[in-house]
Amino acid sequence: MSSYEARFRVWRGDVGGGGLEDFAVEVNDGEVVLDIIHRIQATQAPDLAVRWNCKAGKCGSCSAEINGRPRLLCMTRMSVFTREETVTVTPLRAFPVVRDLVTDVGFNYDKARQVPAFVPPKGLAPGEYRMMQEDVDRSQEFRKCIECFLCQDTCHVVRDHEENKPAFAGPRFLMRVAELDMHPLDAADESGLDRKRTAQDEHGLGYCNITKCCTEVCPEGIKITDNALIPLKERAVDRKYDPLVWLGSKIRRRS
Amino acid sequence: MATGTEPHPSSGGVRTGTRAAIAAPHLRTDRWWLAPAATAAGLFAFIVYSTWRAFANADYYAAPYVSPFYSPCLAENCAPMRGGPNWDLLGGWWGVSPAIIILIFPLGFRLTCYYYRKAYYRGFWMSPPACAVAEPHEKYSGETRFPLILQNVHRYFFYAALLVAGILTYDTVLAFRDENYAWGHMGLGTLVFLLNIVLIWAYTLSCHSCRHIVGGKLKHFSKHPVRYRVWQWIGKLNARHMQLAWASLLSVALADFYVYLVASGVFDDPRFF
Repeated sequence: MSSYEARFRVWRGDVGGGGLEDFAVEVNDGEVVLDIIHRIQATQAPDLAVRWNCKAGKCGSCSAEINGRPRLLCMTRMSVFTREETVTVTPLRAFPVVRDLVTDVGFNYDKARQVPAFVPPKGLAPGEYRMMQEDVDRSQEFRKCIECFLCQDTCHVVRDHEENKPAFAGPRFLMRVAELDMHPLDAADESGLDRKRTAQDEHGLGYCNITKCCTEVCPEGIKITDNALIPLKERAVDRKYDPLVWLGSKIRRRS
Repeated sequence: MATGTEPHPSSGGVRTGTRAAIAAPHLRTDRWWLAPAATAAGLFAFIVYSTWRAFANADYYAAPYVSPFYSPCLAENCAPMRGGPNWDLLGGWWGVSPAIIILIFPLGFRLTCYYYRKAYYRGFWMSPPACAVAEPHEKYSGETRFPLILQNVHRYFFYAALLVAGILTYDTVLAFRDENYAWGHMGLGTLVFLLNIVLIWAYTLSCHSCRHIVGGKLKHFSKHPVRYRVWQWIGKLNARHMQLAWASLLSVALADFYVYLVASGVFDDPRFF
């Protein structure tokens, strides 16, 4: 096993201010950035704050920015950097900082609460739901989300424009709207809830300019833009901007 | 040791008050600028070339080949094309290049295309230039207002693009003639046209609106097995929409340039049989 000494710059501070702090730290074969952050914590900066849990890329806790790119600390191998490279680690830059590498991601929980839940179909009790696999494939891709909020962090709509946060749910929660709208048993339409229309009117789908950063950073490899956001935009077009679809729906309803 | 404790910068965006106090607009160390710069350069080159050719109003027909920029040719001032796609719909009042009439449709299709939107928002408008790289604009309303809300008409340009692709297919069939309009012949230009039409169809059918129309809008695939199959097939093409967008852009320029070279007498079309 070989080891070397890497140079790290880690942002330290809180809401009052802070800066990048330099560390020289040992790196061994097979380690990931989170291992190095833990070594810094164990040997040089015991009060360094970092949020983590599973170390397996499944809990979504250790989201941060490594060399300016939103990534999971536990899924970023040190072998992707050269030994001469200085690795810079900062907290997520779209959310308020709590301390060091820990941010307040409460914005995302607020947005989650704003998406109306699955509407159970009438006449079916829990346990009686039956769905064909091909009908749930699309929604199941979105269920792989580990809620790391890297997509929310990288989305320039809120990252670069704090003022858009009240109006824009962000890719993760627009994906949730898409998931429910594609759900074969969701009875939102029958209950008077038009998810296609509210995606645009209440969750800010129109702010998305499909530049695919959410897809680029997703550690689960979910095709957020192609499989959720663009299909949702097309569904919103059906409702709001396509007179032929509107006319067709009126004729079908009458017949 | 710390390189210095920075107070919160007063500017907005990624440096807004309660966020980590980092003055740099981004900390990326890779060549993040390369992709948007290459995209902008490629699109700019095509814009320059196509503008020149669209307004040239010359060297767009060399029997049996007609440039895809001028097909269908819908004005009286079109070059005569035997059996070709020239229908005098607009009459004699149209005085400028007839390419302008038809190019609006493929241009609109590509301008509102979900891939090209990403490309030019990043490459030209820098909104954002790359992921986690701060954009320079103070305000952002995305596609919620005029004029960008018009991007929602993409599916109508898709319908028009289907018609245009059909006409270009007809042109490709006509390319199996020789310069005397005799059928059953083939030249290098026929191959160029074949390549172009395959890529044009692949790009057109891989469109996100097409994917939605053929089946994506359904809630129950299991009740529509044929549409589900077609949706799956379009989905495979759709995964390569970006590559097909570039390949078809290059092939349509190549087909036009080939016709230009033959029509302007630079060389004769090599005939296979």
